[in-house]
Amino acid sequence: MASLPPIDLPPGATGAGAFDAQAAETDGGVLFDHLLRLGDDSLILGQRLGEWTGHAPSVEVDLSLANIALDLIGQATHFLNYAGEIEGKGRDGDALAFHRDVLDFRNCWLVEQPNGDFAQTMARQLLFSTWQKSLFEALKGSADRTISAVAEKAVKEVSYHQELAAEWVIRLGDGTDESRRRMQDGLDWMWRFVPELFDMDEATAFLAARGIGADVAALRADYDRRIDAVLAEATLDRPRDQRPILGGRRGHHSEHLGHLLCTMQFLPRTYPDATW
Amino acid sequence: MAQDWPLWEVFVRSRGGLSHRHVGSVHAPDPEIALRHARDTYTRRMEGISLWVVPSAQIVASDPADDAAMFDPAADKVYRHPTFYSIPDDVTHI
Repeated sequence: MASLPPIDLPPGATGAGAFDAQAAETDGGVLFDHLLRLGDDSLILGQRLGEWTGHAPSVEVDLSLANIALDLIGQATHFLNYAGEIEGKGRDGDALAFHRDVLDFRNCWLVEQPNGDFAQTMARQLLFSTWQKSLFEALKGSADRTISAVAEKAVKEVSYHQELAAEWVIRLGDGTDESRRRMQDGLDWMWRFVPELFDMDEATAFLAARGIGADVAALRADYDRRIDAVLAEATLDRPRDQRPILGGRRGHHSEHLGHLLCTMQFLPRTYPDATW
Repeated sequence: MAQDWPLWEVFVRSRGGLSHRHVGSVHAPDPEIALRHARDTYTRRMEGISLWVVPSAQIVASDPADDAAMFDPAADKVYRHPTFYSIPDDVTHI
């Protein structure tokens, strides 16, 4: 990714826009923001995968995708409940999931990308789960005991997600002409969202230095090795690096996230007292 | 697409010491994916600790038309059951 030139800003420009989220000013604020990132990644991808329910290529694949979705939503519940505790304003995981607007979400761009066809969904899953597995392996050693406990449980789930996605990427890549073309297209679509996963912004560096967060930049070399191994077996080409797309961690999102939230948040916002 | 995938019979061992038991079937393109489909379909509520999948085409089944010849002759052979022994009261787990 480092091969791309940075964007030159004109003199006097800060690179920050009117919709940029303010950087957290307290340690608790940084931790809250970090927990939103962890929780929102899992929540949004879980919701995306849930869209396949009833539409997957077979009933077995339907269940595979729903199982992954439920694992992810379970992780989100832990991280967002804890985020609510750290924030101390009486919000729980549900309040954070269903009563925040799009600019307040801190997930990466990769997870909010549309499902596309099954190949595109599997490309996203491989690229995300491979990263999330390394992340949680690192977070198992977090100085924050809640984060380390959730990571320890979740890493087993995510290992399975990564293996399943790799199996499908290999079969579709090394399959028919059509499956190969679709798999390559799916990878090409998702590839530009990978650099964001390894972006060390100030908050990430702050928490990594305190042993609470992970040094995500350090995970990149291992990630590339793992992805390359799968692509080699799938006989797929590693996509060309494009200009990275960043900003999800600061509240900038693609147009897709708002639509996803409409569906996800509609019911609890319209019927706040609904239970089931 | 799914109708092109062969069928696999799924067997689950629910806990150590018990035998694998037939629980159903899944469609899958190959053995590895069949195992994953079996895991995702039949062990998502902690039903098992071990899985087998077998191509359904490899199962050799008896013909229902032969039921009478196959199974009826066993019906009146009560002496094949070990029920004619008296078991001492202090022997348990029999």
